[in-house]
Amino acid sequence: MNVFEWSFLAGVLTATAPVLLAALGGLLCQVAGVFNIALEGQLLWGAFVAVVVSDLTGSAWTGVAGAVAATVVFSALLSGPAVALRADPIVVAVGLNLLALGLTAFLMRQIFGSGGTYSSPELAGLPDLGELGLDVPVLREQSPLVPVALLLVAVLAFWLTRTRSGLRLRAVGQHLDAAQAVGLRVSGYQHGVTLVAGALCGLAGAQLSLGNVTLFSEGMSAGRGWIAVVAVMLSGVYPGRLLLACLLFGVAEAFGFRLQGAGLPQQAADAAPYVITLAALVLAAVARRRRRSYEHA
Amino acid sequence: MSAPAVAHRVVASAPVVAVAGALLLTTLVMLVVGVDPALAYPALVRGAVLDGNLEYTVAAFVPTLGMALAFALPLRAGEFNLGGDGQLAAGGVTAAAVALLVPLPPGAAVVLPLIAGAVAGGLVAVVAAPLSTRLGIPAIVSTLLISAPAVSLASYLVRFPLAEPNTGIAQTPPLPDAAHLPALGGSGYLTIGLPLIAALTALWLYADGRTVLGYEIRATGQNREFARYGGVRVGRVAALALAGGGAFAGLSGALIVLGPPHRFVDGALTAPGYTFTAVAAVLLASARPVVVPLTVALLTFLQVGGQGMEREAGVPSQLTQIVQGLIIVIVAVLATLRARRPR
Repeated sequence: MNVFEWSFLAGVLTATAPVLLAALGGLLCQVAGVFNIALEGQLLWGAFVAVVVSDLTGSAWTGVAGAVAATVVFSALLSGPAVALRADPIVVAVGLNLLALGLTAFLMRQIFGSGGTYSSPELAGLPDLGELGLDVPVLREQSPLVPVALLLVAVLAFWLTRTRSGLRLRAVGQHLDAAQAVGLRVSGYQHGVTLVAGALCGLAGAQLSLGNVTLFSEGMSAGRGWIAVVAVMLSGVYPGRLLLACLLFGVAEAFGFRLQGAGLPQQAADAAPYVITLAALVLAAVARRRRRSYEHA
Repeated sequence: MSAPAVAHRVVASAPVVAVAGALLLTTLVMLVVGVDPALAYPALVRGAVLDGNLEYTVAAFVPTLGMALAFALPLRAGEFNLGGDGQLAAGGVTAAAVALLVPLPPGAAVVLPLIAGAVAGGLVAVVAAPLSTRLGIPAIVSTLLISAPAVSLASYLVRFPLAEPNTGIAQTPPLPDAAHLPALGGSGYLTIGLPLIAALTALWLYADGRTVLGYEIRATGQNREFARYGGVRVGRVAALALAGGGAFAGLSGALIVLGPPHRFVDGALTAPGYTFTAVAAVLLASARPVVVPLTVALLTFLQVGGQGMEREAGVPSQLTQIVQGLIIVIVAVLATLRARRPR
């Protein structure tokens, strides 16, 4: 098994993309002080709508647009209660994740006539960059949403540090009352980021169901939204660190996939991303704690 | 308080409003997708309590109540235990392993696997405690992250070391007769699991409301800093609460495995969604522990009835998951609306 080959790197990037897109949404919410752990449900919902719309219209890009629109609507179910009414964001998110799981499984049976996995030759997936003329290793077999995700990391980093609105968003997250006192429409910012996070989760879902594969199966988000939550916790408000955290997950998934090819049981491959993510979370927390105790010493 | 006033309080209480709201929205979903509610709801009731289905509802009530305690106990200490599936699977597979591999006299053959399952579930859950209290990693995330590998590990064990030889099915061999939960009455599905879990629930209710530990758990959950200031060792209390929750989950897994069909079948513990039905039930009870058994009964009724609805009316049973999700969201909204209203 050679991990230093192009196909492994390509696998890492493919595994990273949906998590990264969802995590970018989570990061925006964290910056604005909105606790968003509904990423998992939104990602699943996005993946489902992408497949339904692509199947109906025969166009993958319409599927992507449908997923983004539908997931923005879904995320309003979080922003309404949690931002406008100040309901407990954790409880609302737990409910929404469950709702997404039930709704996708239910509608899948109503629309496609059976549960489990849906795929069809008519289902249009996203094109490869290779087909679009970008014939370079690693990127050749990625969907166009993969470079979009990477680009968004840079865009977000620039926006949050170099623009007026980005800095204001950070002010809202850092000190709500102070931000309010200087005249910012605090809840407007928080509604905004929650809906934008919905749009990003829609993209993430579409990348998962029309980019990584071309199918929908029940519960296919498989914890990626939670991994995205952890990536956000690991990286604070820094998009660069977020990219690293998501790449770590991508490596874990691609590596687990290879291990399975090398004869290890599938269960080990399934568990690998979670174990590695948890280990990273613990190590980061220990390091933070140690740094703090030096500062106090 | 007069009878009408009592009636008003019950009707306007959060659980009743939340369930009514969720059922209203579900009826809307039915109408949108073209399902006749007049057909679906009677099928749901029949599927839950009539045609001999009541025993299945009771059989599902036991692990759901167990999982409700698994979520509610840590929640009282302010820790969200969403890793119920992993603790459930760990408890189930441990109980199966003990029952299969350790020769035990009658009596002990039931008790020891149950205890082993509870210990395994508790161990899986307690890992989250130091992560939360020492490192600041929220239990809601760590329990979930630990849950997935625990489910994978149980799945691996049942497929390889503990698998029934020469069948190719991911299940253990049937457990020895001595390890079967004693049945109550004629039904194999009605076992001593029901009185056991009822007694444990009563014990928890008592401990929560009337003991020092219960008070410390609640104090830790309501205001951790204040509890610490008052001399509560909050780290230890949170660990105890998580371990206790995990033990209830592990015990639920063990009860499922020692009940019919008396073996660990891969996926059979997590597939029915006991964990999140229980989460919905506990949140629906909105911080009143005494109500938990009632909300669990209601949601188990919906869950089992949903399968009857699928058989008879062709409505996918995932509809009940939609109901549960809606209930949770509505409960959260009601809680904040109530807090705002001047008293």
